[in-house]
Amino acid sequence: MDSVFHKRRHSGPPVSRTERVFDGVIVICTLIVSFSMLYPLLFVLGRSFSSPDTVNLSGMSVLPKKWSLVGYSFVLKSSFIWTGYLNTIVRTLLGTAIGLAVSIGYAYPLSKKNLPGRNVLTFMLILTMFASGGLVPEYILIKNLGLFDTIWSMVLPSAMKAFNVVIIRNFFMSIPEELDEAAEIDGCSAIGTLFNIILPVSTPIIATISLWMIVQHWNSWFDCLLYMRDPNRFVLQIVLRRIIFESSVEMTGAVSAEQQVSQEVVKYATIIVATAPILMVYPFIQKYFVKGIMMGSLKG
Amino acid sequence: MKDKNDLQKRIVQNWQLYLFILLPFIYLIMFKYVPMYGIQIAFKKFDPVKGIAGSPWVGFQNFTQFFTSYQFERVIKNTITLSFYSLIAGFPMPVLLALCLNALRSAKYRKVVQMITYIPHFIAVVVMVSILRQVFNPVIGLFGILYQFLTGSTAPDLFGSAKAFAHLYVWSGVWQGMGWGTIVYIAALSNVDQELHEAAEIDGASRFKRVIHVDFPAIVPTIVIMLILRSGNIMSVGFEKAYLMQNNLNLNASEVISTYVYKVGLGAGNANFSYGAAIGLFNSVVNLMMITLVNYISNKVGETSLW
Repeated sequence: MDSVFHKRRHSGPPVSRTERVFDGVIVICTLIVSFSMLYPLLFVLGRSFSSPDTVNLSGMSVLPKKWSLVGYSFVLKSSFIWTGYLNTIVRTLLGTAIGLAVSIGYAYPLSKKNLPGRNVLTFMLILTMFASGGLVPEYILIKNLGLFDTIWSMVLPSAMKAFNVVIIRNFFMSIPEELDEAAEIDGCSAIGTLFNIILPVSTPIIATISLWMIVQHWNSWFDCLLYMRDPNRFVLQIVLRRIIFESSVEMTGAVSAEQQVSQEVVKYATIIVATAPILMVYPFIQKYFVKGIMMGSLKG
Repeated sequence: MKDKNDLQKRIVQNWQLYLFILLPFIYLIMFKYVPMYGIQIAFKKFDPVKGIAGSPWVGFQNFTQFFTSYQFERVIKNTITLSFYSLIAGFPMPVLLALCLNALRSAKYRKVVQMITYIPHFIAVVVMVSILRQVFNPVIGLFGILYQFLTGSTAPDLFGSAKAFAHLYVWSGVWQGMGWGTIVYIAALSNVDQELHEAAEIDGASRFKRVIHVDFPAIVPTIVIMLILRSGNIMSVGFEKAYLMQNNLNLNASEVISTYVYKVGLGAGNANFSYGAAIGLFNSVVNLMMITLVNYISNKVGETSLW
């Protein structure tokens, strides 16, 4: 993918005026787009550092009129933010681990071309791409399994995605068979081959899929809304929703009238606290996502 | 007979692999196929005590109830409006941006723009709607301040307006998805034959002309594929964002099929599992029909097809 960007598409020196106008126009267009992407985010960031009494006085400026950390001190004092963080981290780690385990577990046998029953197993997997039970039957299942108010209701239903399994399987199949055979001759079992030979050379794909799962778990909230009743089990996104959408006093602990005034700053600060982790790692992980898109579209 | 023995031998040989796939396979049955089995409640009057299998059959009663309800027209209309609006506003944007990015001279600047325009994609939907609410707040939000500055009067509350809902929904979607959507097109553009560019240059084509006549035709197949994929979802407006943006004031424009399924199927108070399941099933069937239809048409008209 990287090579794509290094290639020079439109070579040759700028000669005529129209060429320069063309350059100017596309640079301005991309500048406008970039600005419109960044400005709202910087606006929220700036406001989160504003003092509550001047939060309305900064006008269009991104910078606050008076700097203050009141918003953050409130957010960090709220116990629900902390439990939310903890619950989100736990579900992300557990969900990604389980997701990888079942996906690799299903993909590896499917990558063996002469495994009897392979076609049936593949068909059963692919079918889930086009057909699903839908919201209500899934809800009934979780209810019948007694998974309400347990972390399993958030990590199990979404653990295996047919698309991920297919991508992993395709990658496994692209590994030269000689590697397998060599391992077999050396007395490696099929499972041993997976852990000693296949997985070590599959790190790029495993990394990409893990990151998909991590971001998906970090951002998801609806399963928590459906299956979690206990506020101490709420994930970060649900706490955020409560604070911003319902101005929940319960969640921020702002009781006095004076504290209520700082609500707006608290909201901005909450947005930043909830988003910062993803946005901080984003520059390092985005290339894996781009790779993932490419793998998906090659197949599709 | 020999074949059979051979098959048996192969099965025995691979016992480890079967053991390995056993748990994931049970998982697949449990969490993907059991819910599919549960779809039958769409044709039943579900009774939690009797369970899925024991509930009495009612045929298409749940479906006719939906088709004849006063909500039917509203949710279908809102869903289709939001879908088409999103498609028309959102689909061309990544194409245009990708063509622009591809034509940029400085690779460094292009990387910076890509980096920035990808950011919104990583923002969670709850955060996205939170930001929208804050930015479009009529008093303290960016929109409110700008409106006050330009017109001198207080801004209207867009979040509580049914008229503004579609615009907010669609354009925030464009904001979030346009940068990320360029990836497939940029990849397609990287495969354009350099000789075509050189030949066009020798013929005196300006760079703008080359974008129109060389770059654009090269990504048309990709555009068609993306269009087919999008059309399969024409009846499924993203539940999460619509639900989060919804309030009593904009319900007339914001109630879509998926949010309605949630409310009638699982919502507080009078949850009707069977009714919700029926609407959900109706929705999936229409989606499947749409993607098949569009694929068929593009197969007949052009050569591009999904399968």
